Amino acid sequence: MKPNIPYRLGKSRFFKGLIIVLSVLCTVPLFIILIYILKEGFSKISWHFLVNMPKPVGETGGGIANALVGSLLIVFYAALIAIPLGVMCGIYLSENRNTRLANWTRLSVDVLQGTPSIVMGIVVYFWVVKPFHTFSALSGSIALAIMMLPIVVRSTEETLKLLPDTLKEAGLALGLPYHKVILRIILPCGISGILSGVILAVARIAGETAPLLFTAFGNPYFSTNIFKPMQSLPLLIFNYATSAYEDWHDLAWGAALILLIWVLLLNIITKIITRKWRVQF
Amino acid sequence: MESTILKTINFNAYFGENRVVKEVNIEIPKNNVIAVMGPSGCGKTTFLRCINRMHELIEGTSTSGTMLLNNEDIYSMHPILVRHKIGMVFQRPNPFPNLSIYDNVIAGYKLNGMKISKPDRDAIVEHSLQKASLWNEVKESLNKKGTFLSGGQQQRLCIARAIAMEPDVLLLDEPTSALDPISTSSIEVLMQELKKNYTLVVVTHNMQQAARVSDKTAFFYLGELIEYDITKNMFTNPKDTRTQNYITGRFS
Repeated sequence: MKPNIPYRLGKSRFFKGLIIVLSVLCTVPLFIILIYILKEGFSKISWHFLVNMPKPVGETGGGIANALVGSLLIVFYAALIAIPLGVMCGIYLSENRNTRLANWTRLSVDVLQGTPSIVMGIVVYFWVVKPFHTFSALSGSIALAIMMLPIVVRSTEETLKLLPDTLKEAGLALGLPYHKVILRIILPCGISGILSGVILAVARIAGETAPLLFTAFGNPYFSTNIFKPMQSLPLLIFNYATSAYEDWHDLAWGAALILLIWVLLLNIITKIITRKWRVQF
Repeated sequence: MESTILKTINFNAYFGENRVVKEVNIEIPKNNVIAVMGPSGCGKTTFLRCINRMHELIEGTSTSGTMLLNNEDIYSMHPILVRHKIGMVFQRPNPFPNLSIYDNVIAGYKLNGMKISKPDRDAIVEHSLQKASLWNEVKESLNKKGTFLSGGQQQRLCIARAIAMEPDVLLLDEPTSALDPISTSSIEVLMQELKKNYTLVVVTHNMQQAARVSDKTAFFYLGELIEYDITKNMFTNPKDTRTQNYITGRFS
């Protein structure tokens, strides 16, 4: 029996077309969101918007300075907590692949990654907010740090696992102590992968609202004291978008666009870093 | 009479329960090239990695017996000190990809935290690269990454990195098996130069290479040192039938 070549080719062409159409379909939601938020938010953004405080109800204008600075601070402290912990843990996991501790750690990190963010908020509320009797930016940072941790751990582990063992052996054979081999050879060789994991984690937590609801809490005033409640972009969006006032809706749209730009920029930076800083073997 | 630099007495190496190097007694004379050959899985690489105590870095491994460097027990010295005195070059060139050529050569000093002045450093780099016959090819591009070099150049860079530490012994684990014939011959020529200052122990799969480069040859089979003799005698008049079979290609 002769195979029906045109029929086969047709099927192949159909399949190829199908995956192209579906791939394009995947990008559609992002573009719809982007266009919608751009349409609503773009007119609200100005220098004035970035450096001014929100105005009381009834007055037009006003900005999101307190939320922007608050978000930056909260994320900064979260990163400060999560990066050293996560990178160290990632090093351990890539160095000790099959010890009992490594398997347990890997499992807990995976579970942590799947834990709903609201749960982080509650836990930190009971651990930090209650004992200190006050909502605080720091407690928000801790909640976000716990969210960041799994991403940093796993990206560090996966990056370092890809480095050839011969690299480590080369260092050890020169008589270098173990910590020097890790810190001066292995980490610098994996820096692009680790950094992109860290930046993606920062982008990921920047928009988290749930863990901040009862930790950082929000603050209508300008504050840089991390032991006191602090405003942040997601909280501002949450509070203002659900309010009844048109002016506050405008602020929320503007803040949403700022947050989106933040995430977009971080993703682009990640792409650049992975390309530029990749170590060639 | 040549002085012995490295000596083992009833030396064994294990992977878990599995003994892969069995009761090896060998004396390695100074300023010689010693070839270690044998079929795959005969324990020759493991034996080599025992000399600078790299074997013990693998989980579940152990050794027994005595191994002496200049009459000092290697296994009662600190491994880091052992590895300062015994350099190693690997099968695949493995320069540090994050460091420049210059920093690769000086890595043993720099990363060990040994403080040396800039002129001294420059001298060590130039001297080591010259001894590895790489200086003329890279002197214009010392700040480029080591991984920009060709495979053969990278391997010579690794040799320079090892000899920069002024070791007593240089171990080479199939140093040319990942290289093309031209790079291979340049490394072989280099070995003849290097033996003026160092003692070289070379693991090789390639019998012709063993015959070309070495003064003495050790033949390993199933973990045992079957025969150890002047290379010329070994290849013309092997005493053990297993050596003879291996050399004549009856098994590999």
